[in-house]
Amino acid sequence: MHVIGELAAILATALFIFALYWMNDPKTARRGVIAGVTGMTVAVLATWIQPEILHHGWIVGAIVLGFAVGIPLSRVPLTAVPQRTALSHAFGGLAAGLVGTAEYFLWLGEGSAQLTPFRMSALVVEVILGYLTFTGSLMAAGKLQEVKWIPQRPVTYPGQNLVNMGVLALAAGIGVALVLHPDAAWGGKAFIAIGGLALAFGVLLIIPIGGADMPTVISILNAYAGLAAVAMGFVLNSKLLVTAGALDGSSGLILSIIMCRAMNRSFSNVLFGAFGKAQPAIAGGEQKAWKQETVEGAAQLLEQARTVVIIPGYGMAVAQAQHKVRELYDALTKRGVTVKFAIHPVAGRMPGHMNVLLAEANIPYSALVEMDEINPEMPQTDVALVLGANDVVNPAARYAKSTPIYGMPIIDADKAKTVLAVKRSKNPGFAGIDNELYGLDNTWMLFGDAKAVVGDLVKQFGSGGIH
Amino acid sequence: MTDFGSMLFVFVLATFIGLGVIRRVSRLLYTPLMSLTNAISAIAVVGSIVVTGADHPLEIRILGAVALFASMTNIVSGFMITDRMLKMFKKQ
Repeated sequence: MHVIGELAAILATALFIFALYWMNDPKTARRGVIAGVTGMTVAVLATWIQPEILHHGWIVGAIVLGFAVGIPLSRVPLTAVPQRTALSHAFGGLAAGLVGTAEYFLWLGEGSAQLTPFRMSALVVEVILGYLTFTGSLMAAGKLQEVKWIPQRPVTYPGQNLVNMGVLALAAGIGVALVLHPDAAWGGKAFIAIGGLALAFGVLLIIPIGGADMPTVISILNAYAGLAAVAMGFVLNSKLLVTAGALDGSSGLILSIIMCRAMNRSFSNVLFGAFGKAQPAIAGGEQKAWKQETVEGAAQLLEQARTVVIIPGYGMAVAQAQHKVRELYDALTKRGVTVKFAIHPVAGRMPGHMNVLLAEANIPYSALVEMDEINPEMPQTDVALVLGANDVVNPAARYAKSTPIYGMPIIDADKAKTVLAVKRSKNPGFAGIDNELYGLDNTWMLFGDAKAVVGDLVKQFGSGGIH
Repeated sequence: MTDFGSMLFVFVLATFIGLGVIRRVSRLLYTPLMSLTNAISAIAVVGSIVVTGADHPLEIRILGAVALFASMTNIVSGFMITDRMLKMFKKQ
C-alpha cells in the first residue's frame, strides 16, 4: 500500500510540473489541464484506498457537495473571474486552517508527545496562513463583487499598521509559547486564539486596500494560499503537498512581483500604503479643456488610419464591451487597418484579466501585445483608442512626483498621432487622479458607456455611414 | 518521526522548479495560470481525506469534511474554468 502511495505522489508531482510547463504557450496549455486533472485523480485515489480510511460515505458526501458548488463557480461570467479566484484562495486557506486545527486536537488527544516542536511550529504556521488567507480573500472577493456592506474605498485610521502588526505579532507570540509548552493546560485555548487572531488579521489586512491594487493583492493571497498548503505538507509529512504548495506559492510570488513592478511599488507599499485615497489634483498647471469628438468624426479618424492601437481597461470589462470591440476590430481589419491591443500588466482586476476578456470575444491572441512591446510602436501609431483605461495611460506617471502613480510604467498613448479616449463621465479614475492625457492637443474625448460608444462606432462602418 | 531536513529540501527544490517553470508561462495566460495553480494546490484534498475518513472523533471528522468540501470545490471549479478560458485563446 505504502509503495502505491509513494509512486502515486511522484507521478502526480511530475504531472503538476508538466501542467505548468505547458502553460508557456496557448497552443499547448489545454494539455496542462488534462495533466493536472490526471495527477489530481491519481493522488486522490491512492489516498482513498489506504486501509485507515473507513468512513467512505463522508468522503463521497463532501466530494459531491464540492462538485455541486464547484461546477456553477466555473461558469461565472469572465468579468467575475477575479472574484471567483479570490474565493478559491479563500477556500484553499480555509481547508489548510481546518486540517491544521483537526490535526492539532487529534495529536493533543493522543498525548503531548505527539506535538513535537517541528510539528507544532508547522501547525502554527499552517493555521495562521490558512485562516488569514481565508478572511483576507473573502474580503477581497467581497470588494471585487462590490458587496454592499464591504466598503470599496480603502478604510484607513491612524495607527492602522501598528494595530495590524500587533495582531499578527500576538498570534505569532502565542504560537511560540505553544511550541515551547505543547503540554500546557491552556494549549487548546491558545491554539483557538491563534486561529481567531489570524482570522481578524486577514480582515484588517484587506480593508485599507482599494480596487486598483487588486491585481497585486490577489497575487499575494495566491502566494499565501500556496504557502499554507506547504505548511500543511510539513504537518502531514507529505512531499506531494509540499511540492504542489510550493508550485502555487512560487506562481503567486512571481505574479506579485510582476504586478508590483507594473505599478512601481513594493509589496509593503501595496499592503500597508493604502493606495487609492483621494489625492490632491496635480499641483500647478490649470486644467486644460477637454475637446469632444462626435462618433462620426471618430469613425472617420479610425477609417483613415493605417494603424490603430486599442488600450482596454477595467471600464471595458464593467461595460461588457468586449464583443462590440470585436465587431470594431473586424470592421477595421476588413478595411485594411492594422489593429492591435495594448495590454498593461495591471489593466483590470487581476493578472491577465484583459487577455481573457478579449479572447472570450474571439479576438486572436496574436493581436494582444504587451506594454513593453507596443510602446516603441506608439509614435508610428495613427490612432490610439483608450477604452476604459485611465491610470495606465496617464502621462503624469512619468514626472508628477506628488501623485501615487509616479514612476508607474504606462502605455505611451499620448505619443500616438491622435488619441481617442472613451470615458463614461468627467470624473477622475479609480486612483482619483486627473488624467493629463485628456487635455493634450492630440486627444479627443468620446463621452459615454464604452459598449454604447463602440457600438455606435461600429454602426458608422455598417450601413450608410462610411463606405 | 518526521524528517524536517528532507521536507525542507523538497520545499526548496520545488520552489526553484516552480520559479523556473512559472517564469516561462505566457503572459497572455496569467488568469488561467492562477486558476490552474489554485486547483493544483487543492491537492490539500489528500490531507482532508485522511482526516475525514479515518476512525477519528466526530468533531475532527466534521472539520475534515468541511476542508474536503472546500478543496474539492477548488479542484472542480479550478480545472473547469481554466479549461473554459484556455479554449477561448485562438491564434486566428
